[in-house]
Amino acid sequence: MGKLPAIIGTLPMMIVAIGVFVIGIGFTIVLSFTNVKFFLINISFVGLRQYDILWSTARWVESVKHIWFYGFGHIALCLVGGFLLAVFMDQRIKAEDTFRTIFLYPFALSAVITGLVWQLMLDPIWGFQAFVRSLGFADFSFAPLADGDTALIGMIVASTWNGAGVTMAILLAGLRGVDEEIWKAAKIDGIPTWRTYISIVIPMMRGAVATALVLLVVNVVRTFDIVIAMTGGGPGISTQMPATYVIDNINSRNVGQGMAAATVMLLPIAALILVQFYFRWRASLKGRTT
Amino acid sequence: MSLANSNTIEPSGPKPRRVTAARIGIYAFLIMAAIFFLLPLAVMILTSMKSMNEIRGGNIFALPTQPTFDYWIKAWSSACTGVTCNGLAPGFFNSVKITVIAVPVSIILSMINGYALSFWRFRGSELMFGLLVFGAFVPFQVLVYPIIFGLSRLGLFGTLPGIIIVHSIFGMPILTLLFRNFFTSLPSELFKAARVDGAGFWRIFFSVMLPMSVPIAIVAVILQVTGIWNDFIFGLVFAGRENLPMTVQLNNIVRTSTGTVEYSTNMAATILTGAVPLIVYFVSGKWFVRGIAAGAVKG
Repeated sequence: MGKLPAIIGTLPMMIVAIGVFVIGIGFTIVLSFTNVKFFLINISFVGLRQYDILWSTARWVESVKHIWFYGFGHIALCLVGGFLLAVFMDQRIKAEDTFRTIFLYPFALSAVITGLVWQLMLDPIWGFQAFVRSLGFADFSFAPLADGDTALIGMIVASTWNGAGVTMAILLAGLRGVDEEIWKAAKIDGIPTWRTYISIVIPMMRGAVATALVLLVVNVVRTFDIVIAMTGGGPGISTQMPATYVIDNINSRNVGQGMAAATVMLLPIAALILVQFYFRWRASLKGRTT
Repeated sequence: MSLANSNTIEPSGPKPRRVTAARIGIYAFLIMAAIFFLLPLAVMILTSMKSMNEIRGGNIFALPTQPTFDYWIKAWSSACTGVTCNGLAPGFFNSVKITVIAVPVSIILSMINGYALSFWRFRGSELMFGLLVFGAFVPFQVLVYPIIFGLSRLGLFGTLPGIIIVHSIFGMPILTLLFRNFFTSLPSELFKAARVDGAGFWRIFFSVMLPMSVPIAIVAVILQVTGIWNDFIFGLVFAGRENLPMTVQLNNIVRTSTGTVEYSTNMAATILTGAVPLIVYFVSGKWFVRGIAAGAVKG
């Protein structure tokens, strides 16, 4: 007795946890082994055929390459940029709140808005390139979106503008969690500041780095809105992503194929969760021995 | 997630030296970074106030010589999406409808979850929580078809209740985490005293916990208002033609441009769509920072 209202109160949570997340993912995985078009009629199991088709479809193979390139670029820039911003913000500067407000506001804006405004900024005729050329640098060229080989770079610039501030905020919190005594000790030992950051402070704030990294990875895997707003996947297929492949296949009534792609998208997330479990398990072992 | 109370901590970096070259370098770096972050906002606003002729003649950073709000009005009320030319306004009202209902629904549900998970653990409750948090990491696209299927079965696909359910589902993991962390941090004596007085699950929730959780609820509201307002993919897939939110409408307007792209209207539409979350951001300040720290995972 007594617990019944708690169970009733959390019924929506149980429905979401089991009914949507567990069963939904199971449903996706099962459908990836079928030839389902859109409605669940006349379907049959086809084994791994959808996966064979998936990995022999140029657009998917390219999409996977794109997400790696985009992901590494975006995450590296956010972490390095966010860390530099955090370090500079941590120098007892004046107007810290103003700077924080400026670095963070892009995150309040949606990926659609980010994509649209950067599409204009990077437009060869209207954007930044034209501005610099009008200053007299006639050979200046920075219009990555116009060319399939560089379009992803433009997308990285835009998404980093949107996300670097959040990384900064998380890393700044980590930085301020580091004991002040460390700095005194390092100074007495005559260790240069940059060396203290790299060898002592960063390892000490690995929790914040891990949090920032996990958030970045999760957001990269689901990249969709910014592609639609900024490039529509083009030029050609040069900015297509796994997420757009899944949605396009559902829209074109080729659900089985879309579900195979969706299942593959689960893999990096599964890996992330396994890594997390591993670290928790190791921490619990440590806890027992000490 | 531990950022929640971090912005009250004092700076702890190495002590600054007086006004030195290094000091100037620090400000130079920060100001350059600030310019990089501010430029797109400036471009958005400036472009929306220029005529296309002026855009052709000048550069994107130039101030408008004859500032005009005509394009704001056009974007709001007469820009075309496909065959209809009603501007952003219908999308705005749809977004308001969706946000006004989905925010309280998702917050109340998650608040009850957090409360139950903190004080009324039952067998399996932690497992449920674990599964729910796992859901926060799953790319939406993986669940799109199963949810289309489920909502169709319920007759809710492409309806207002449908999109509200979807927002409540995907808001739940992070909000439940937020509320659970908050309720767990409360002294357990508070709960025990209420139990001794004979209060039950709902009585304690409404009389004790709900009034105490106002600060964290504000963070949740900020998180959800900006998150739901900025949503694109759920609105696109689940809302149905009658309820397309503002972000989808915005994208449609921009995609509809025929001939030369009319950047004035596009940027006016962009700034109008971004106005709501920007206002929330500038008004809420540090509350917002707490929210994104907890909710950055929403993407």
